[in-house]
Amino acid sequence: MRRKMCMMLALVFVVTGLMFTASCAKKKIKAEEALLQDTMMPRQTTPRNSEKDRLARQQAIEQERLRQERLRQERERQLRGGRHQASVAPGTMAERRSVMAEDIRFDYDSAALSSMAQDILRQKAEWLRNHPGVSVVIEGHCDERGTNEYNLALGDRRAESAKSFLTHLGISPSRLTTISYGEERPLDPGSNERAWRKNRRAHFVAE
Amino acid sequence: MKQSFERKIMDILMTGGRIKLICQIAMAFLFIFSAPCLAEQDYIDITNPSLRRIPIAIPLFRIMPQGQVNTQVSRNAPDLCAENLEFTGYFKILDRGAFLENPRESDITGSTTNFRNWTGIGAELLITGGIWINDGTLTMELRLFDTFKSQILLGKKYTAGKDKLKKVMRTFCNEVIYYLTGRQGIFDSDIAFVSTSSGNKEIYLCDFDGQNSRAFTHHKTITLFPAWSSDGKWIAYTSYARGKPDIFIKHLQEKRGFVIQNKGINITPAWVPGQFKLAATLSYEGDQDIYLLTGRGEKIKKLTNQWGIDTSPAWSPDGAKMAFVSNRSGTPQIYIKHINSGRVERLTFQGQYNTQPAWSPRGDKVSYSAREKSGEFNICVVGFDGRGPVRLTYKARDNESPSWSPDGSMIVFSSTREGPSRIYVMTAYGTDQRRLLTLPGQQTNPKWGNMDN
Repeated sequence: MRRKMCMMLALVFVVTGLMFTASCAKKKIKAEEALLQDTMMPRQTTPRNSEKDRLARQQAIEQERLRQERLRQERERQLRGGRHQASVAPGTMAERRSVMAEDIRFDYDSAALSSMAQDILRQKAEWLRNHPGVSVVIEGHCDERGTNEYNLALGDRRAESAKSFLTHLGISPSRLTTISYGEERPLDPGSNERAWRKNRRAHFVAE
Repeated sequence: MKQSFERKIMDILMTGGRIKLICQIAMAFLFIFSAPCLAEQDYIDITNPSLRRIPIAIPLFRIMPQGQVNTQVSRNAPDLCAENLEFTGYFKILDRGAFLENPRESDITGSTTNFRNWTGIGAELLITGGIWINDGTLTMELRLFDTFKSQILLGKKYTAGKDKLKKVMRTFCNEVIYYLTGRQGIFDSDIAFVSTSSGNKEIYLCDFDGQNSRAFTHHKTITLFPAWSSDGKWIAYTSYARGKPDIFIKHLQEKRGFVIQNKGINITPAWVPGQFKLAATLSYEGDQDIYLLTGRGEKIKKLTNQWGIDTSPAWSPDGAKMAFVSNRSGTPQIYIKHINSGRVERLTFQGQYNTQPAWSPRGDKVSYSAREKSGEFNICVVGFDGRGPVRLTYKARDNESPSWSPDGSMIVFSSTREGPSRIYVMTAYGTDQRRLLTLPGQQTNPKWGNMDN
């Protein structure tokens, strides 16, 4: 009996539902499956300033490689000369703090490494080479200007710039993790040039 | 035109739980007096930016049986109706003090109504209502009249629990809007946004009018970028709940979901209309690109493949095109990818920083936020073909994150015009800008969802 009533109810519901659909049909958007099955995108022809970004990154890395080469040759000359240097002492907490604590800074809406940022990264690489057990989290940050979606991507790019530079200095990528905070974790909460300059940074946390 | 239908719908919602079985008669549409289902769209043309507000009279409803408590209902119901309709920006609600006739005492059916009493005070539309209260049940008769034609346009009868008054009024107002504009009303839609009320950024939800705000996430960490599936059943968002920006996909009603946690960033989810798929920005390959993913987070394919930042996907309503932000030209600008051909076109050319695209539900426009030379951000709208970029906000500090109402008539956005960032709404033409709600902390990243289903 109850079952019959349920079925009746269901029937009434379906029939009236159909009437509604027929007369007051909501416009439902049908996504077209076929439209999504495109092949890989063809190469685009838009001008690429980001190409510059890439070239700059490669150039920096190449320069660094040459510099390292020179340093290596120098070291070998020194070794041949018998002036054997003592290896660097294991890092103390204080040392780790001083080497790893320094942030690198970026220009507005840019993930390119300045020469100053490159110097700082070289020091960090040096220290990391001497402390092979240490892993580093590289945080990418932005200033508050701009929208938070884009800034999260930009922060990621900044962290990636630092990571790839360190990788090319011989630090294993397995020791380097990136995390972008976009504009979500400013160092200085102010809304002025000074604060913004501080906030556009990559920050390094040794673990 | 005036055909009579008789319909019966018993909508019995059975909600089963292990401990208790709740059986609830939510609402029954008993019959419809007249059936203007093919809406007359000559009343309100929502594509007209210089829209004249239609003067509408909503007198107090008749109530049976009378009594102190019931009198309150007879006042609340027409007030709710007036608030809903006023929110759209289409109507001018007339002051009850000027009314010459009281349908509550005379006639709510319109059969003996002297419509001159209404046209005389400038009313072009009239809504009458009768409410019968029996134990915990409300039975309501609601009618919409054209006073100049002395004609009933819409008549509805609803039966519902006494606590469902708001719901009934929203349902009726949706019918009114559908009749007058030919588009579904927005009164059953919800808005998701980010709020720092609890001290962390969390996703919150509220009704279309800012009421009934409630926390949706409790991650106690940075949580951003809510995105509704087009059936309104799922929300995807980015959270640092697992230590870095991952995408969480959650069913609104059921406690289930998925997490997309590739190395690098997993941000800005955007559901493909009508499908359980989404586009999102991932960087596990070392470059920030947009990928097409299943609703479970499995990669289907890469949608952008250019060195540089590609982020913030926004689908056209038919899913054939995707707007997104890219810095491939050197500054962040909005591009459109034609999914079928793979062709990519640049959409924005003015200014150095255009982000946060949102495709209008009618498919003809894209709204976005633009950085001015002064450094301020404003909401702009541009044709999807790039024609006629128009600025909708002006000299009101930073205005960001536009999102369209499901009918395309309004835009919700965040603004710092009053200091802290809060959520505001305006018509799609930039008029009637007002704050949607006030909560502690700051509110950002609003996203207008589709109707409840």
